[in-house]
Amino acid sequence: MIASSRSPLIWFVHLSVILLVLLWTLPTAGLLISSLRDKDQLAVSGWWTALSTSTQNLVFRAPGADAQVEKDGKFVISGNLLEGQSGEVSAFGFNSREPTAYTPGETAEMNDGERLTVQADGAFEITSDKAMEGSRGQRIFYTAAVPPRFTFDNYREVMRAEGIGASFINSLTVAIPATIIPILVAAFAAYALAWMKFPGRAILVAVVVGLLVVPLQMSLIPLLKLYNGVGAFFGVPAKTYVGIWLAHMGFGLPLAIYLLRNYMAGLPREIMESARVDGASDFDIFVKIILPLSFPALASFSIFQFLWTWNDLLVAMVFLGTGKNELVLTGRLVNLLGSRGGNWEILTASAFVTIIVPLIVFFTLQRYLVRGLLAGSVKGG
Amino acid sequence: MQQLLFAIATMAAGVLACAAYFFGTNWVLDKLFPSKGLTGPVTSRNLRITNAVRPWLFLGPALFSLTIYLIYPVIESVWLSLHDKSGENFVGLGNFIWMFNDGEFRQSIYNNFLWLLVVPAAATFFGLVIAALTDRIWWGNIAKTLIFMPMAISFVGASVIWKFIYDYRAEGTEQIGLLNAIVVAFGGTPEAWVTLPFWNNFFLMVILIWIQTGFAMVILSAALRGIPEETVEAAVIDGANGFQIFFKIMIPQIWGTIAVVWTTITILVLKVFDIVLAMTNGQWQSQVLANLMFDWMFRGGGDFGRGAAIAVVIMLLVIPIMIWNIRNAAKEMESH
Repeated sequence: MIASSRSPLIWFVHLSVILLVLLWTLPTAGLLISSLRDKDQLAVSGWWTALSTSTQNLVFRAPGADAQVEKDGKFVISGNLLEGQSGEVSAFGFNSREPTAYTPGETAEMNDGERLTVQADGAFEITSDKAMEGSRGQRIFYTAAVPPRFTFDNYREVMRAEGIGASFINSLTVAIPATIIPILVAAFAAYALAWMKFPGRAILVAVVVGLLVVPLQMSLIPLLKLYNGVGAFFGVPAKTYVGIWLAHMGFGLPLAIYLLRNYMAGLPREIMESARVDGASDFDIFVKIILPLSFPALASFSIFQFLWTWNDLLVAMVFLGTGKNELVLTGRLVNLLGSRGGNWEILTASAFVTIIVPLIVFFTLQRYLVRGLLAGSVKGG
Repeated sequence: MQQLLFAIATMAAGVLACAAYFFGTNWVLDKLFPSKGLTGPVTSRNLRITNAVRPWLFLGPALFSLTIYLIYPVIESVWLSLHDKSGENFVGLGNFIWMFNDGEFRQSIYNNFLWLLVVPAAATFFGLVIAALTDRIWWGNIAKTLIFMPMAISFVGASVIWKFIYDYRAEGTEQIGLLNAIVVAFGGTPEAWVTLPFWNNFFLMVILIWIQTGFAMVILSAALRGIPEETVEAAVIDGANGFQIFFKIMIPQIWGTIAVVWTTITILVLKVFDIVLAMTNGQWQSQVLANLMFDWMFRGGGDFGRGAAIAVVIMLLVIPIMIWNIRNAAKEMESH
């Protein structure tokens, strides 16, 4: 390693890593950029062109006859095609068959004696010798070079109209308790498995290790039946937040116990023995000594569990309802994929709202995440 | 807002109840069998009793939920897989016989094996390469963070990200999906990638590889750093080149870790569900076991027998890895 870092090969290494990093970040970058683009631009051009001016074929409907004003004996309707935004019109027309018949500055003679003039900056004027009639305005077709336009409109839209805002709260409601409760339960169990002497301890550890890999699919049907049974027996709904918290706890416990037990077993025995000599019970030792010392392992697990419960789709689909007050973000996103499959401004913004919380957790607490991964895998091997 | 308050209240109640259990049972135990500050035969008997009971108080809630949520369901699933859709009439191996004659199931098994062949291998390979490369450059840690990032993204979120990349517009119009734009730029014709039977499997696999490479990289990177310097130095003195050092000196020393990464991703692949559901929902011959199982849970009012039978198949595929894990853990406990 030391020798090769001096060789010209190092440029090859730099280049390949840059390439790999691009491959791994561009998909997410594309999503973020797209979610911030104007939806008309997003629909017709790739996100990698987001910073360049795009040429679009657009339609504008001029105001109706009640907007006309009389000027020098002529009746005039005027306005701006671009509605105040910057851009440049390169062609226009009044007929959908010939949307680019005229160049800016020219005057188009329309069928009923009206004349249409459009300037390059988008200003238009419809003039007529006699008063115009009809409440529906003239359609104006035009081709314009529109500069890049970025907006938060997509986010506003999904947070309100598409129910992402409500689902965001639902996801929090699921994830936070489903993270905290298992930690407490697992920590006590891990201490017992690491430091207390009782018959059957080795078997219990083996059982926990075995349960680590039991597929979730095995649990779904029996638990669904159980939940329905319990719900019917007590006359309460079968799909509740309490139900999903307990389910997430059950599924997360093997990893939690395993990680915490490994960590606690590595703590020095002398600390516990000296405390015991001083007359402390196991309970005191656990609460006052072990728990504070285990903070790194507790942090690692809570990050895992939070990411897992926030990102989970399967458990939520089976054990939680699909009403407005229950549907979590991942479930909402799957629904949108079905119902708004082509509306990329909706999908990209929704997806970004879904992944922003895990990303924040990831970037701020990455150290603990890595430590937990290493403890969970390398030691386990 | 009201819901948030409710959530916070229930959360507090849940945590408090949990804490109250642990503190309460211990307090009761110490009151029933006092031993603190006392001496004599009764005290030592009390001490013995509390020491025997307390582990089970600590383990109680964990054992209870492990039993309810994992152990009981495994048994119940096996039992249900031998019964019909209502779960009441015994049908013997009927569900399994149906399964092996069902085209969709065979398709799922075939696809699952494709996934098992490709995803763990590719993720481990990329993870190893990236770990080895980033160790040599000064901005390696930044690169690693960025490649590790997809790990935090949900499978559904990742599916949307990649669906956008695979997006298809009719030939002649401007492509807004990156993949088709590249294909068109090189003079090819655009394709609706996820609808191409057989090949669409690989387009879905890319998503999981993209997510899991970071995991493999982090673990393999730590393993590479744990290799004793002397072995590498000795190889350098003997005149080995970079590739020889990597393949003949370093890789053999981290075989154990590679195996762990491989099996961990293998288990994940067997359970892959969200990606297929979000991308194709099993259409265009891309079905996999976990999604098929979910399908049968609700299809036609829900067929619990067939669903459970598919779950049992997934479980059977996992069991070899489970045994291997338990053996390793037992070995480690002995060496402690």
